[in-house]
Amino acid sequence: MNKIVVGVLFGLILGAIDGATAWFTPEARPMIGGILVGSSIKGMLVGLLSGWFARKVHSTGWGIAVGAGLGLLFAFLVAAMQKNHYLEIMLPGFVLGGVIGFLTQRVGTPNHQVSVRPQA
Amino acid sequence: MGLTDSIVDRLRQVVALPDLTGTRYELESQIGRGGTGVVYAARDRQLNRPVALKVFDFALPGEAQLIAQLEHPAIVPIYESGTLADGRSFYAMKRVVGEPLDRYVSKSPSLADRLRVIRRVGEALAFAHARGVIHRDLKPQNVMVGAFGQVYVMDWGVETVAGTPAFRAPEPNLDEKSDIYALGLLLRFMLPQAPSPALRAIADKAARADPAQRYSTVNELLADIERFQEGLAVQAWSEPLWHRVRRFGSRNALLLWLFAAYASVKFLLFFLRTV
Repeated sequence: MNKIVVGVLFGLILGAIDGATAWFTPEARPMIGGILVGSSIKGMLVGLLSGWFARKVHSTGWGIAVGAGLGLLFAFLVAAMQKNHYLEIMLPGFVLGGVIGFLTQRVGTPNHQVSVRPQA
Repeated sequence: MGLTDSIVDRLRQVVALPDLTGTRYELESQIGRGGTGVVYAARDRQLNRPVALKVFDFALPGEAQLIAQLEHPAIVPIYESGTLADGRSFYAMKRVVGEPLDRYVSKSPSLADRLRVIRRVGEALAFAHARGVIHRDLKPQNVMVGAFGQVYVMDWGVETVAGTPAFRAPEPNLDEKSDIYALGLLLRFMLPQAPSPALRAIADKAARADPAQRYSTVNELLADIERFQEGLAVQAWSEPLWHRVRRFGSRNALLLWLFAAYASVKFLLFFLRTV
């Protein structure tokens, strides 16, 4: 499977799980639908970019670092939109980005199959 | 009397020496004796390079042609074959500088190095089998390991070679499965004191007395070793559940740590919020 697809899929699943943990915070429960959708989209974006990076660079360490960096960046943007809960959103987003970065390095085919056309 | 005996022995040795008159080779010393002849260290005067000469006790024209078919990095290349002035057949081959496998193992190499050697031997066997050639006499003394880790499988057998008893398969007619048997014993010989049960199972399966119960090809055996090295389940061993869990843990340690870090962060934040 293509690494970008792998990243998007894992980002979607892990983002949704991360969003679902908001259910344990009573004041966030009324907004759980919006949080789930937002967290899933955030995860997918991190996965997409991590997957693209994994196609270019084959290094588990760099994959985790870039995934974590992207997770932190997108989590910051989400927190900045709310102007609140920076720590609660950014810290898990950072670690989850690292997980997505790791998975894109380990799972999926490294590159597109290049078709070679015989020369005339 | 003792002096006379030593003179007679010396004369016997001189008489047994090959007559290299008319060849481009100059004899240096004897390297070893095999089942079909003697291997000598010699020098190619024309190209000024060291070679190994295998001189047969009797005419065995097939062996040189047999090995010449096998162009593989782990198989010693043949330079020339012919008949000496004394009527004996010979062939010249690359002189390999290294040590036999039994001496290499006595230096306690790492498991990765041991398995690398076994895989190289297996690759050479698989290559030969694909060309219809079988070794017949695979044993530690017939595998050389060079100073830079090169592996050479030597002494490819011919019909008359029956194999060394300790490494010879029990079936009367030797075939590819007999080489797999010997490779299994070679793997067992190479394993450290307390090997992983998976590796022991691979060696045991390859060296089963019943050929039908062995791996069907050398490549199958090599694939199982590769699976072991990648931390996957091997075909030769149905591992217990605890072993499977431990293998999963060690194979995915980093991922498990990352998930543990995520769970810890979530718990910490939950704890901080409730305090």
